[in-house]
Amino acid sequence: MSLERTVDRSRLPPVGPPPPIRFPRIHKNHLANRLALWSAEHRELPVVTVMLVMPVGSAADFEGFEGLAAVTADMMDEGTGNLSAIDVNAAFARLGAHLDTDVSADATVFTVTTLSKFLQPALSLLADCVVRPRLDAADFDRIRQLRLTRLMQIRDLPSAIADRAFMQVVYGTHPYAHMSLGTEESLRQLTIETVRTFHSRLYRASSSTLVACGDVGAAEFGQMADDVFGAWSDTRPELHEDAALVPPPLAPVHRLVLVDKPGAAQSEIRIGEVGLARSTPDYHPLIVLNMILGGQFVSRINMKLRQEKGLTYGARTAFDFRRGRGPFVLQTSVQSDGTAEAVSSSLREIQAIRTDRPPTAEEVEVAKAALTRGYARNFETAEQIARAMAQLVLYGLPDDYFDTFASKVAEVTVDRARQAAVTHLDPDRLATAIVSDSSIVIPQLAAAGLGEPIPLLPRL
Amino acid sequence: MHIPFTQYTLENGLRVIIHEDRRLPMVAVNLWYHVGSKNEHPGRTGFAHLFEHLMFEGSQHYDKGYFHPLQEAGAALNGSTNPDRTNYWEVVPTSAFELALWMESDRMGYLLPALTEQKFETQREVVLNERRQNYENRPYGLAASAVLAALFPSNHPYHWMTIGETADLKAAAFEDVREFFRTYYHPSNASLVVAGDIHTADALERVRAYFEEIPPGPKPAPLDPLAGLAGERRLVLEDRVELPRLYLAWHSPAMFSDGDAEMDLLSDLFANGKVSRLYQTLVYERRIASEVMAYQNSRELAGFWQVVATAAPGQTLEALRQAIDDELDRLTEQGPTSDEMERGHAQVEAQFVYRLQTLGGFGGKADQLNAYSVFLNDPGYFEQDLARYARVTADDLHRRVREHLRRDNRVVLSVVPKGKLSLALAHSTPAVVS
Repeated sequence: MSLERTVDRSRLPPVGPPPPIRFPRIHKNHLANRLALWSAEHRELPVVTVMLVMPVGSAADFEGFEGLAAVTADMMDEGTGNLSAIDVNAAFARLGAHLDTDVSADATVFTVTTLSKFLQPALSLLADCVVRPRLDAADFDRIRQLRLTRLMQIRDLPSAIADRAFMQVVYGTHPYAHMSLGTEESLRQLTIETVRTFHSRLYRASSSTLVACGDVGAAEFGQMADDVFGAWSDTRPELHEDAALVPPPLAPVHRLVLVDKPGAAQSEIRIGEVGLARSTPDYHPLIVLNMILGGQFVSRINMKLRQEKGLTYGARTAFDFRRGRGPFVLQTSVQSDGTAEAVSSSLREIQAIRTDRPPTAEEVEVAKAALTRGYARNFETAEQIARAMAQLVLYGLPDDYFDTFASKVAEVTVDRARQAAVTHLDPDRLATAIVSDSSIVIPQLAAAGLGEPIPLLPRL
Repeated sequence: MHIPFTQYTLENGLRVIIHEDRRLPMVAVNLWYHVGSKNEHPGRTGFAHLFEHLMFEGSQHYDKGYFHPLQEAGAALNGSTNPDRTNYWEVVPTSAFELALWMESDRMGYLLPALTEQKFETQREVVLNERRQNYENRPYGLAASAVLAALFPSNHPYHWMTIGETADLKAAAFEDVREFFRTYYHPSNASLVVAGDIHTADALERVRAYFEEIPPGPKPAPLDPLAGLAGERRLVLEDRVELPRLYLAWHSPAMFSDGDAEMDLLSDLFANGKVSRLYQTLVYERRIASEVMAYQNSRELAGFWQVVATAAPGQTLEALRQAIDDELDRLTEQGPTSDEMERGHAQVEAQFVYRLQTLGGFGGKADQLNAYSVFLNDPGYFEQDLARYARVTADDLHRRVREHLRRDNRVVLSVVPKGKLSLALAHSTPAVVS
């Protein structure tokens, strides 16, 4: 072996262009009941991930019954047919699997990852759970009580309180304002009857998609799905209103709110406003802009608050693109005596990126490179690919979306990134929510000219 | 089922493990140093982790933050410190493999010339904020500190949390950085895995080019695994929480030693998931707890096995303790059922297959090869690891329960809302945490 390679430490080795992405081919079909079937092969390991994707999330909670979508989803592994809640979970465990439930604002997704040799029984269990749940009153009482207890525990969790306060101030009465867990008051309104109604009206074969990725072919998967989901029939008429599309408020309820936590060890901070829907034509310029502002370690805000000032373990920003207009939010947790400094700095950075310090050509190039060069690692496992397909389902994106992502990002010009900042970040609509010890924070905010915060008790 | 690899040891003692996996155009670089918070000393805790932060702040030939060039190259990267080891990893597109080697080798060989007191001071503040965010400001965040301090005597390497004591972090001295680096950050105390879209011979040639010039250092002396507990210790900690919580902790076998797999299987059977014994009894049937969990903390010198249960509103910790002890008694008398063993083995088989899905990052194949390399000097241990779980019988598990989980030899911590010491178990004394 030659050891003639010489190492040049005077400069970093060059890096090549982004490697091409080849997303697996998606096979699409549907059952007679119009349940859509999407599958992609990924044969490296004897593993399959299955996701049942339903475009029904916490935004669809009936008014006054916030938390209903999440409780309903939680009831799905609480018994079916002759199987009790314990029996159901034992059955999944014998397959080395478990049922994972995720309820976001826009969707309810049930995920099972299993060895491919157990795919048939795993799918069968999933179908029994979701299509034919017992929905017993006694199980419901227990589940609701556990959720009430979780709400009580969240009162101890500064990060969760900050999230709630922020969404409440920015979204007012919009369906995105509440968290999927709901509030104590709304949970107490729920009965097993409301759960049964929600389940029968909103869990529908005809609007759901069963996604599979892994060691299974489309024909085999289709047959298995037909065997266990074929009998799923929609008995009640569909509800037509899409809560996600209700227009959000034009301005926040308050600009600066403070949740008092006497003795808190730090200040949790959220700053942001109503952002954009996933369908915005500015999606790619916005993700480039976000990388520069707060979307990666070397972003302006993290470098300022963590690496320059040492005020925090980290700070980041994100556009939460949803079916409707999700939030843009900056989040960080800082030492209490640096709260006003962190808020002022953050506001200044958001203002600056759309005025006197717009994204530079170099920043845009770095952000685009970071977004595209490492993109391949998002499609490594069956579960990652299944999740990617679920995104296509929920947001109506084309099948070649992932294959063309890099070229779409490459097309983002400096001007478009700058324009996105000017158009979509509105400093006059920014709301700030702080969770901290008010005796420490209020004088700082006044001294920094940030004004008097409105005391807030978030709905929990 | 295994992770194929080729292993070399460079002349300077660096272990190099190469694993080809050409499925995706990416490469995982994963470097472990065999040093963690167990190598610290009382009064100077938290240093290993603080040092890890400094490894991202630049080296002699690239004296700027490490994130910028790597993220621009499309890398994911991170590092972590635990009691036993410190790891650093990058997952990069194939064309940035050389860049990752350049940077990892530069900070292994040439860190000190670039270190400044200002970098040290800033990262000390960042770590203090990390501690506030993840421990002090988080409900039950300091309970682990109280449990460790009671389980392990004050001169034992596991007496403190990896994040360290606040006073120690404030007292950490810049001069100590050099000594720490020279003692622990050199090729003969490290293990490098490169995995992914590479050819073994070519990868080795590149690794040698970058790492072979770095001089070896002294092998750190092994630590004494002394431990021991006499009697039941009952402690109480006040916290900003709504619901009281009970922690029960016992000494248990060390990582990879006899009995470790049994205690790991026992955790799931006893308290993890709805089908577990404690969930069924405490949460499902009697509704006296809102959540339960158990885990085997496998560490290099010693292990500990822990049960955690949070009271349901209005329920007492004494009711929880009694119910948990009743379940422990039942397990001690009768052992596990065949149904429980069947489920445990099914879970293990699946978990080992799932572990092969990811190339890099925390817990990926590169990280696993390095764990086996550093702790067992045997990167090819994957199949044996699975086998040590697969061969556990109900009798084995039963024997370990009787041996390790004795009522008269454990730490019992009550975490209660501030000002409500009366909610603790009787005879509890205040735990000291900072």
